[in-house]
Amino acid sequence: MKLVGEKGVQRILMITALSAISSLLLIALFIFSEGLPFIFNYGVGNFLLANEWDPSTGHFGIFPMIMSSVWVTLGAMVVGAPLGIAGAIFLSEYASPIIMKIVKPTIELLAAIPSVVYGFIGVMVLAPIIRNNLGGPGLSLLAGCIILGIMILPTVISISIDSILAVPRSYREGSLALGATTWQTTHMVTIKAARSGIVASIILGLGRAIGETMAVIMVAGNSVNIPNSALDSVRTLTANIALEMSYATGMHREALFATGVILFIIIMILNSIASVAIRNRNAKK
Amino acid sequence: MNIKFKIENLSVYFGKEQFLNNVNLEIEANKILGIIGPSGSGKSTLLGALNRMNELEPHCRTEGTVLMDGVDINSSTYDVINLRKKVGIVFAMPVPLPMSIYENVVYGVRLSGVNDKKKLDELVEKSLTEAFLWNEVKDRLNLSGLRISGGQQQRLCLARVLAMEPEAILLDEPSSGLDPISTSKIEDALNQLKEKYTIVLVTNNTKQAARISDNTAYFLLGDMIEVGSTKQIFTAPLKKETDDYITGRFG
Repeated sequence: MKLVGEKGVQRILMITALSAISSLLLIALFIFSEGLPFIFNYGVGNFLLANEWDPSTGHFGIFPMIMSSVWVTLGAMVVGAPLGIAGAIFLSEYASPIIMKIVKPTIELLAAIPSVVYGFIGVMVLAPIIRNNLGGPGLSLLAGCIILGIMILPTVISISIDSILAVPRSYREGSLALGATTWQTTHMVTIKAARSGIVASIILGLGRAIGETMAVIMVAGNSVNIPNSALDSVRTLTANIALEMSYATGMHREALFATGVILFIIIMILNSIASVAIRNRNAKK
Repeated sequence: MNIKFKIENLSVYFGKEQFLNNVNLEIEANKILGIIGPSGSGKSTLLGALNRMNELEPHCRTEGTVLMDGVDINSSTYDVINLRKKVGIVFAMPVPLPMSIYENVVYGVRLSGVNDKKKLDELVEKSLTEAFLWNEVKDRLNLSGLRISGGQQQRLCLARVLAMEPEAILLDEPSSGLDPISTSKIEDALNQLKEKYTIVLVTNNTKQAARISDNTAYFLLGDMIEVGSTKQIFTAPLKKETDDYITGRFG
């Protein structure tokens, strides 16, 4: 007594697979149809490059938010990439397999912590430390960079480890047999061979950092300005949408959708660069 | 005769499994020692004991002593990095490093701190010439080492060992995946190189051992059955197992 035949199963699975793609398409369609007309009506230059964001007087320049997002993301890279890559190198080249088996899943668990918890710790612990030692309001660009830097660690570490471990053993053996030390082998051969994977891990981390919203809203201060120092309060593109969407109407609402369009495009570009880098890695072998 | 390596009561284990069983062997300097025997008889493990590549394998345990020029290479004070510079190895699968032909050859020398362009250029030409590869690649030294043919890659691996100016060269079935022409080029190279180096050649091909080695040792299941001059081993072996193997009655 068959409920559904082979064909039926295939069709059901196909529909579920398509629903994932169609939701992506619908989201893209929705934000583009809501946001693009505004961008063209208001003027691409006025929207992207003007400094003033004041919806009540009809000023919608998102340049401060773009700069804030860029700085927060770059700062997160400065914090997260060296830590992540060094950690990945240690775990894959130096640590014993047992340590690797314990530490790698633990690091991946970092990704399971909700971002609001990161934000909470940022507000309660990190911001006071910055305020008391470095000055400023504490809720700042610097706090955002540090929190996001930690949040991207699991992405950077686990993809870097995978690409380092994918380097053929024979490269390492060939190098060691010529009298290279483990470190010489690592930085002259292994990392070079795994380079595209490591680059991909950083770019995916970038994508995660630029798209992060909750933790950034909580720790970055959210005032609209182009940051002059790491201690300034900043508002990112994501924060801007999340903070104002609930009460925005008319032009204001369209402007927020347009902000989403810009974010969408940035993240699409980053992800395509990452997937090209990963494909290059696979093609080389 | 001048002894390069003196191996005494050498046993090697990986985990619980024993790969070499109480081997005693002397390896003469400036000669080619051929090591023959079926797969799994411990030939590669013996090479790994001579430059301590075995210990890269986790759970490897070595008993007995290996003396190089009278010095115990397994002693805790012996510098393993230096040992690997003096005892080069060419693996069965040719694996150039993922860099240009030129950089492959000078890789080991650069590690030792040599960076003089002129000196490196000379070294590249000399090493590639000794490995019978220079004429085939001299116009494309910047090509990736991974993009030349298998036979050329194997000679490139030999050249990168030669560039180190080692004292001994270990070859682990260097022609197992190669065509006859590449094989004969490797053999020509080895015949000239023994003037300067001690060579240990592991081969699955008994004819190759008969062609180019001065001495031959026969290994079976971790035991060294017999060692002697190549002529004696191939014409009048002392042990029946050896005779069975070289005449093809093995198994």
